[in-house]
Amino acid sequence: MIKVSKLNKWYGKHHVLKDINMTVDAGEVVVIIGASGSGKSTLVRCINFLEKAQKGTITIDGQVISHKSKKLHLIRREVGMVFQHFNLFPHMTVMGNVIEGLVYVKGMPKEEAIEEGKRLLEKVGMADKADVYPSMISGGQKQRVAIARALAMNPKIMLFDEPTSALDPELVGDVLAVMQQLANDGMTMVVITHEMGFAREVADRVIYMDEGRIIEEGTPEEIYNNPKNERTKEFLSKIL
Amino acid sequence: MEILKYFYDFLPAAGMTLQVTAAGIIIGMALGLIFALMRLSKFKFLSYPAKFYIWLIRGTPLLLQLLFIYFGLVGIIKLDQIPSAFIALGIHNGAYIAEIFRGAIQSVDRGQREAGKSLGMTNWMIMRRIILPQALKRSIPPLSNQFIIALKDSSLASAIAVPELLLLARQYGSATYRLMDFLAIAAVYYLTMTTILTAIANLIEKKLNISDYRE
Repeated sequence: MIKVSKLNKWYGKHHVLKDINMTVDAGEVVVIIGASGSGKSTLVRCINFLEKAQKGTITIDGQVISHKSKKLHLIRREVGMVFQHFNLFPHMTVMGNVIEGLVYVKGMPKEEAIEEGKRLLEKVGMADKADVYPSMISGGQKQRVAIARALAMNPKIMLFDEPTSALDPELVGDVLAVMQQLANDGMTMVVITHEMGFAREVADRVIYMDEGRIIEEGTPEEIYNNPKNERTKEFLSKIL
Repeated sequence: MEILKYFYDFLPAAGMTLQVTAAGIIIGMALGLIFALMRLSKFKFLSYPAKFYIWLIRGTPLLLQLLFIYFGLVGIIKLDQIPSAFIALGIHNGAYIAEIFRGAIQSVDRGQREAGKSLGMTNWMIMRRIILPQALKRSIPPLSNQFIIALKDSSLASAIAVPELLLLARQYGSATYRLMDFLAIAAVYYLTMTTILTAIANLIEKKLNISDYRE
């Protein structure tokens, strides 16, 4: 579904991604872990072309995509993204956020979009808050709305950039539950998270990144129970 | 009670002040939005002219601009006093309002643009649906400030004989040798109008709930 090959990115002189090779198959859930500054967030943002890599290719659905393409907005419709800080549109209600893409990007009639919006908000347990503004709901609720907003575009793959890192601990569970349900429904997902419980239960594969490289990848058992690389061991000993 | 009669005489001049101000604000808002977007464009053929316009207009006095448009354009087109004042005030306010809009647009969190992009929106759609609605709300406090300045600046149109408040005060003053009385009348009109303008701005601000608006 997604193939990243030899991806390199620099911020000025700082080499943030070094020869990244990665594939994500349809229906697969890949969790990326690593310290801050390891490049994991940049990698995920490159897959959505929010960042431009200077070298290497990204293939989505067999199609090599150049960041110079004039049709990036069309590709992004296929790739849902959930941000650490939610990035809900504060001037729109919860329902408005969810149907924005349906109405203005897909051109769906508003009544139809609202029906779809209700279904999605139901799915993330936020149907009762459809008419309130984002400023009135908690972080966990915001993130669930953000997930519904991304799902509305019916993406082929969902990217999660530390979706629970900005949440109070007691709110994390609800968001992870929604993500787990998504995975069970067969959604292809790339998730940056340090929630090991989630990774163990949901991930097909865990990737450890450090200093812009993929250091080690494997099943959750392999990575968490028997890390081979010294750096992986050291990192895991810090977060466990 | 003679003074009351004069108050009444000044009413049309106050109306003219309002007209010049309104024209300045309306033209200024339109120009301001266009030039703010141009200035933020990544294309130099758009951003450079906008920078030049803002540099030129903010760097020269309004009085000079008024005189320039009224007398200076004679060779090209002949404009009457009132349209000259409308245009000069509009162009003048446009430069300041462009900077107000630019600041407000840039103050919208980067994540908003990214969220729009990740939904597959085009840049123009993101601007229109996501950024501008938030930016316009944030522009209201500095805009109301600019509107008050525009109202007072309209008095400079007296220099090209637009029959507004200050011109009338000076004419009555020199005819009767009671300039202070008539300046006082003009001042009362100005204060009344700026007070009303401020009240309206406060009302709009409250309605839009700017304070608890952030995500």
